[in-house]
Amino acid sequence: MQKLQKDILNLLRRNARISNQEIADRLDSKVEKIDATIKKMEEQGLILGYTAIVAEEAEQDVVRAIIEVQIQPERDSGFDNLARKLAKFPEVVAAHLVSGRYDLRLEVLGKSLQEIASFVSDKLASQDGVKSTATYFLLKKYKEAGLELAKEETHERLKVTP
Amino acid sequence: MKDSKSPHNWIAKHIAALPKSGIRDFFELVSSMDGVISLGIGEPDFVTPWHIREATIYALNTGYTSYTSNLGDLRLRKEVSKYAAANFGITYNPEDECIITVGVSEGLDLLLRAVLNPGDEVLYHEPCYVSYAPGIRMTHAVPIPVQTYEKYDFVLQVEHLEEKVTPRSKVLLLNYPNNPTGAGLTLEDKRKLAEFAIKHDLLVISDEIYEELNYIPRSHSIASLPGMHERCVVLNGFSKAYAMTGYRIAYALGNAAIIDAMMKIHQYSMLCASSIAQAAAIEALKHGASQREEMRQEYEQRRNLIVKRFNQMGLNCFMPRGAFYVFPRISASGMSSHEFATRLLHEKKVAVVPGTAFGSCGEGFVRCSYATSMQDIEIALQRIGEFIGHC
Ligand SMILES: Cc1ncc(COP(=O)(O)O)c(C=O)c1O
Repeated sequence: MQKLQKDILNLLRRNARISNQEIADRLDSKVEKIDATIKKMEEQGLILGYTAIVAEEAEQDVVRAIIEVQIQPERDSGFDNLARKLAKFPEVVAAHLVSGRYDLRLEVLGKSLQEIASFVSDKLASQDGVKSTATYFLLKKYKEAGLELAKEETHERLKVTP
Repeated sequence: MKDSKSPHNWIAKHIAALPKSGIRDFFELVSSMDGVISLGIGEPDFVTPWHIREATIYALNTGYTSYTSNLGDLRLRKEVSKYAAANFGITYNPEDECIITVGVSEGLDLLLRAVLNPGDEVLYHEPCYVSYAPGIRMTHAVPIPVQTYEKYDFVLQVEHLEEKVTPRSKVLLLNYPNNPTGAGLTLEDKRKLAEFAIKHDLLVISDEIYEELNYIPRSHSIASLPGMHERCVVLNGFSKAYAMTGYRIAYALGNAAIIDAMMKIHQYSMLCASSIAQAAAIEALKHGASQREEMRQEYEQRRNLIVKRFNQMGLNCFMPRGAFYVFPRISASGMSSHEFATRLLHEKKVAVVPGTAFGSCGEGFVRCSYATSMQDIEIALQRIGEFIGHC
């Protein structure tokens, strides 16, 4: 990937709402070039979308859980077929193949404990190839996407220093 | 004769004669106002990286709160020496060629006191950091400022030094990357200055506190050039590179005789630098590289933006090579630096520092620090634009 693309992605990952003009000024480039580069990355699927980092207070009536899933790899596709299939469920908001004790790490989102519980028993555990699941409900959020939720008390610097 | 009624008469003559820092008046004015956005702050806006703060807490928890060796904890000196070899291309023995000081401020004071006799002359560039001339005067030596010019990218020119050098010249004091101009030295610039120092047998003090905030390809320290190791003392610290201004921790690297002389003063006046700050500094050198680089990149991007905006406003702005200051020329406004800064503060509530605070040749310029959030920088630039438009 080109340096410009990388630099743009770094800025967007920190603040997806940064203006293309500011990106251009920061990177000592032209806004037209930034417009075009971002558009191209979107078309190429290097940028898949933009999302907001939301506080828990803004997410009432939402329950999240991490589910560890052990699956039986298939002869030709390994873990991919089943992983892609599970990722299709709208309840699943993130899915990763991981190293270690289990194979897939899913993050799921539901309206209630019951909803997630029934997703696990009806949709997940009953799938062919799923050997076991372990569900961990998320109780409190401290950090997401590199952002701490409890802001540090800011300390005022002196107004003019040499 | 002593007049016991006036406490002023107790003050030593050379201290009474020191001018108050030009920044001081401005600070008082700014502090008395609400809602000011300040581009006048000479320290990072980042909080010290967490791993360094955590190491400080650990040092406290484990009771690392006693005096250290006068020169500083040997573990820290070893880390400094390793770091300097890898990054500045200079090798100094941690045992006797390195001293840990309470900021570069103390390092500079020790060094000036250690090497200057009354009447010795110190050559240095203006504009420059506010404490150079007073620091020299306090040793009863003579500050000899040499002007630097925008047309030479604020790099000190040998021909201008030649005009000021005398048989009494003893020290050449350099600060690049520079506060307040953001100027930096290329390898070629360093070579010329080194040659000059050797020719006139000068000791070079290189204040490299902004060395880590460099936006041009880095070259090794002037101390690494042939013939310079013995006649150069490098001052650097943790304030700017690791956002640790309040820790007050820094170091000096130089030949053993000079470090030993500095240590003599340090042991009687300071004893040692704070032990917990030393623990934090060890952590910074061991594990601080990636966050240091992230901060550097952020400054570099802010620099790009702020220089472009000033030039768009019609305030010609030199492209800084390092540090976190821009030094736009404001003479197009028809105002003096002081008038510009004062009116901007009163009319638009933006604080910048008049260039004259850094030497009389700073007339026609103001210093703006971009060690401030991008949000504040944007608002400040907007207001400065309006201010320019109206006057
Ligand atoms: C050029 C220069 N030297 C030295 C210092 C003092 O640094 P320290 O915090 O290490 O005392 C500063 C601080 O602004 C500076 O700009």
